[in-house]
Amino acid sequence: MASLPGMNDLTSALGQALGLVAGGDAALGHIVLLSLRVSLTAVGLAALVGLPLGALLAVARFPGRGGVVVALNALMGLPPVVAGLLIYILLSRSGPLGSLGLLFTPTAMVIAQALLIAPILAALTRQVLEAMWEEYAEQLRSFGAGPWRAVPTLLWDGRFALLTVLLAGFGRASAEVGAVMIVGGNIEGFTRVMTTAIALETSKGDLPLALALGLVLMAIVLTVNALAQGLRDLAARQAG
Amino acid sequence: MLRRLLLLALLALPLPLAAQERSITVASTTSTEQSGLFGHILPIFTRETGIAVRVVALGTGQALDVGRRGDADVVFVHDRVAEQRFVAEGHGGPRQHVMLNDFVLVGPADDPAGIAGSRDTAAALQRIAAARAPFISRGDRSGTHAAELRLWQQAGVDPTAGRGAWYREIGQGMGPTLNTAAAQGAYAMTDRGTWLAFRNRQGLRVVVEGDARLFNQYGVMLVNPQRHSHVKQADGQRFIDWIVSPAGQAAIASYRINGEQLFFPNATQPEPVS
Amino acid sequence: MRAPEAILPLRAEGLRFSAGGVGVLQGIDLAIEAGRPTLVIGPNGAGKSVLLRLLHGLLAPTSGRVAWDGPAPDPRRHQAMVFQRPVLLRRSVLANLRYPLALAGLDRAEQDARAAEALALVGLAPLADRPARRLSGGEQQRLALARAAALRPEVLFLDEPCASLDPAATRAVEETLQALAARGTKLVMTTHDLGQARRLAGDIAFLHRGRLLEHAPAARFFASPATAEAAAFLRGELVW
Repeated sequence: MASLPGMNDLTSALGQALGLVAGGDAALGHIVLLSLRVSLTAVGLAALVGLPLGALLAVARFPGRGGVVVALNALMGLPPVVAGLLIYILLSRSGPLGSLGLLFTPTAMVIAQALLIAPILAALTRQVLEAMWEEYAEQLRSFGAGPWRAVPTLLWDGRFALLTVLLAGFGRASAEVGAVMIVGGNIEGFTRVMTTAIALETSKGDLPLALALGLVLMAIVLTVNALAQGLRDLAARQAG
Repeated sequence: MLRRLLLLALLALPLPLAAQERSITVASTTSTEQSGLFGHILPIFTRETGIAVRVVALGTGQALDVGRRGDADVVFVHDRVAEQRFVAEGHGGPRQHVMLNDFVLVGPADDPAGIAGSRDTAAALQRIAAARAPFISRGDRSGTHAAELRLWQQAGVDPTAGRGAWYREIGQGMGPTLNTAAAQGAYAMTDRGTWLAFRNRQGLRVVVEGDARLFNQYGVMLVNPQRHSHVKQADGQRFIDWIVSPAGQAAIASYRINGEQLFFPNATQPEPVS
Repeated sequence: MRAPEAILPLRAEGLRFSAGGVGVLQGIDLAIEAGRPTLVIGPNGAGKSVLLRLLHGLLAPTSGRVAWDGPAPDPRRHQAMVFQRPVLLRRSVLANLRYPLALAGLDRAEQDARAAEALALVGLAPLADRPARRLSGGEQQRLALARAAALRPEVLFLDEPCASLDPAATRAVEETLQALAARGTKLVMTTHDLGQARRLAGDIAFLHRGRLLEHAPAARFFASPATAEAAAFLRGELVW
């Protein structure tokens, strides 16, 4: 393996990752829990806005709808750093929402991530539900249900597909580093999450530790996905 | 069942993300954070006072900006000129010396500029420029970047003439700068603390050290509570008083990596506002 | 003597409908009275489905109008429609039955009573808790029928309800339709199955190329069609 120096880093990273998890490191535990809470809260917040908005776009026809859809699709590519800067300027003590004192707190990170993923949730929700609406539209109108009544119906009937949408949002939120670094400040024990910890260890040149943290992050995301998938399958078997 | 679980998840979301605690926010530099100094001294302060210290580690320029915007209570950085301007503009202060550390020049093992072992920074930089040997600059308005630019000036060299060729400004922190230098076999200037804690050296080693011009002064100041009423004046001042006190100074002196002392306490009385 | 909430008779006056510049219906005048089922027949592309959708209000005519001449103030509340491909919500059989009843503003007890009655009508009571979309094709159409019947509509529109069903399932649906007709529900139904038309129809509306060529009592229509097109259609010749 001497000819492949990178291999040593990889095996060392894997070993460290296992050691970190097995060792039950308290600091790592805090970072992991904070990552989960921030990203899951952000997904929940973004879902409150993004899902109904996406569903409404799927059923409603109004002038300018095409523009909204294009804008949403474009916002899916909003660079995290830009979202972070926007929230930074808003939440800074010198900014319009400065009196809330939220900059460099987990709440600020939640807001930034929610801003990042709400357009993703809305755009994907629209895509998923538009196909369903095509099938449902006549029947629901025959029942006398207008677009407003159709929104909750589609959201409920699309719940299994929408779970995948939520997971996509969670994936993006938990993998994101640029925005949470700016608005959270990567404060040890307070706003440090998996991704900012990885960025920190990378800049300290401890590549194996950074990679080990990355492996732990991937394992967490994988676990969340597996749990959600299992839940989905269970519920799908019950409800069809 | 799914509905009940969703409801449960929704209910759990608004729970506070962290317990409320007595704390101050300190805008500081990557060198103090990444060298491990804060990890060593802050628990001592917190134990003595019950005040948690939240450190946002940035370049000195950014850290001063955070202070200007009122987003921190205390600024703890290392660019004396910029700090004095910060104080003169009324953003905070008074400024107090806290400690020194030193910079070193690091470079690749094959040393294309032939400067290894030198103690004369100016001469070393002249030879790097003459050899057009690659040099990675922070390029991020940090204290280290400012110090580097002053050293070039003292050497009578304008490195920006080599911009895009051998003089490479990456606009990032100390760690990424060292990572880049290691990957490209380039020279770079770094604070000793980050260097000692840095793990991805590959072929890099120290080539120039010990020049008096390489010493680097850290200063601390309270963000002006008259401008930003939410600044935690009492607790912030408590931190400043502690770090320049014998206890704080001893804590700084006791931090070592591989037995090597990184920071040399030299606290002074508050500087008069000029 | 009509019940005070009656919506019939139904009158179509000069109904025209074009889509994308193509005239689908070329001016239909048709009166539908209470009583035995009205069957709309004719070759493929004659405009049968479009006519049904115009009468039910799912489509707006390009010109002409649909008038409900009965005294009931809100005709929409007294009609329902079953489609060729049943559109079932991604929920249980019972939830599918409840959905339009809830929309109609019935309380939970009334919903459950009507749902149970409708399930018994189509013989699906044992499947009440099953996911609706896991039912067989025939069961799905029977559920769609039960769902419409639970609304107790005065007029029930059916667009080729048996076109995708095998003979056994067709027979089950027809039995339900007979039962509904017997208890006074007015059926307005399209079919391309002449045998089905003979079995069910009280009167026949024969559509050809977007025009209503005949509207006559079923016995008279089948015995002596008034137009050459209808005669050819009844002989099983290709007409268009």
